Amino acid sequence: MSVIEVENLTQDYLTGFWRKRSVRALDSLSLQIASGEVFGLLGPNGAGKTTTFKILLGLIRPTTGSAWILGSAIDDVAMRRRIGYLPEQPYFYDYLTAREFLLYCGALCDLPKTEAAERADKLLHQVGLADSADKQLRKFSKGMLQRVGLAQALIHDPEVLFLDEPMSGLDPLGRREVRDFVVGLRAQGKTIFFSSHILADVEAMCDRVAILNKGRLIESGKLSEILKAHSNELEVVVSGVTEPALAEIRSLALSISASPDNARIRLKDDRDLARMLELTHAAGGRIVSVNPVRESLEDLFVREVKGS
Amino acid sequence: MIFVDEKNKALKITAIAYNTFRESVRDRVLYNLVLFVALIVAAASVIGRIAVGQEAKIIIDVGLSATSVFGLLIAIFIGIGLVSKEIEKRTVAVILSKPVRRSQFILGKYFGLCLTLLVNTTAMAAAVALALIFAKGGFDAAQLALWPAAYLIFLELAVMTAVALLFSCFSTPALSALFTLLIFLIGRWSPDLKLFAETADSAATRIVSRALYHLLPNLASFNFINEAAYGESVPARLLAGNTVYAICYVAALLAVAVLIFDRRNFK
Repeated sequence: MSVIEVENLTQDYLTGFWRKRSVRALDSLSLQIASGEVFGLLGPNGAGKTTTFKILLGLIRPTTGSAWILGSAIDDVAMRRRIGYLPEQPYFYDYLTAREFLLYCGALCDLPKTEAAERADKLLHQVGLADSADKQLRKFSKGMLQRVGLAQALIHDPEVLFLDEPMSGLDPLGRREVRDFVVGLRAQGKTIFFSSHILADVEAMCDRVAILNKGRLIESGKLSEILKAHSNELEVVVSGVTEPALAEIRSLALSISASPDNARIRLKDDRDLARMLELTHAAGGRIVSVNPVRESLEDLFVREVKGS
Repeated sequence: MIFVDEKNKALKITAIAYNTFRESVRDRVLYNLVLFVALIVAAASVIGRIAVGQEAKIIIDVGLSATSVFGLLIAIFIGIGLVSKEIEKRTVAVILSKPVRRSQFILGKYFGLCLTLLVNTTAMAAAVALALIFAKGGFDAAQLALWPAAYLIFLELAVMTAVALLFSCFSTPALSALFTLLIFLIGRWSPDLKLFAETADSAATRIVSRALYHLLPNLASFNFINEAAYGESVPARLLAGNTVYAICYVAALLAVAVLIFDRRNFK
């Protein structure tokens, strides 16, 4: 059964002061996310990722379409006891300490005081803020606020998590930590719906992705399938091949990038591989590696976004 | 189960109210004003010494007027930011993504500022009472007139907080401040508005002024400072009537605020 079900969600905004103009932020989006899945929503800025989240969390009412979370309509307030949300660029009450803020969130999620206090301590420890628990949030860096954001989203131990750009504003170490954290949450069986434009993070964490551009869904599915569908190419790395031999190899290759140590040769498929290996041996060269070219998510992303 | 639900709802409103109260305390709203009224009361005592026999009158007059003015400043300038600040800083998204109804949010914000005003008004009235004891060298009958008048000031502030919060739900802080102040001024002069409604030449003017008289809060009856200064205690009927009026007026304003807030999208 789908934990999150989105059906034909469309969102129009009116912009302009005098001459109102309707802008479509989301166009007939349909998605299903299964229990225990880590689902990534990808897209450039303004693609409609945050709008999708805000509709699902009841912060924006969709123009048309409907959605369900855990079998309940999205305007069901009680259902929100079972979901957690980390907003994009989180800002919290800066006059509160991290612990006070988590206790406040706990109270809003019907947690008894003692349980909220225990959860707050545990989460502050998990996100690496145990030492700053009693510092006011105004003294926190962006990365620390992001961690507080994660902790508040988890204070009531929700089944489903909505993480809007959880890696933004983090240094590489921080991103790694959040990534490990999300992987840990998946191991606990939580369903995670998150958005990002940092593709490496999506690649490392997601079971399935959806790519949005200008409010439209352009592709969705298992990452391996989306990537595989576009790749037959091979990359051969050779060393010790002289320029005259390379000229002959060039006629077989899609592209060659040569450096003083080696040359990277791209072949359309494996039909020319035998001939290429022959040429390399004949020229006294050495094969370093032969790999199928796995289209990176970056490539796919650029191609899809440009094409749409 | 229904009982538990109701209890949870009340607990959430309390949590939001307490957080709002905590914000104003940590923003040092209370400290400065309490200090200020203490200074004013001290000044009043000095004047009282010059105008012998008038101490109690001047202390109550100056003290309660200051209480009313500073309370009004808090009600307006914090009230107009109660909701708009949360929207602007996007904290509203964090709160409303939790199992919190929008009406609970509005009520919590309202009661939080009312709590601040209650503490503030009580502290100021206590300062006036202390000054009276000093000036009179002990308990004085004027003490009895002071507290009911202070209670009416609080009721007036509670009404103004609801006005400011209503504007805060849909308008910018600058416009909200302007409108709230305007409503306060018209409300304070509502008997004149009524008189105007009865005597204006043009029928249209009469209708508009009468509509305004009924629609805007009638705040004149909350001002009992002058009478209190002369040792006159607020009649029980006026106290009860004003309490009921304030509760009904605030309830109506909050209902409209919830209706507006419920329809808002938080982009």
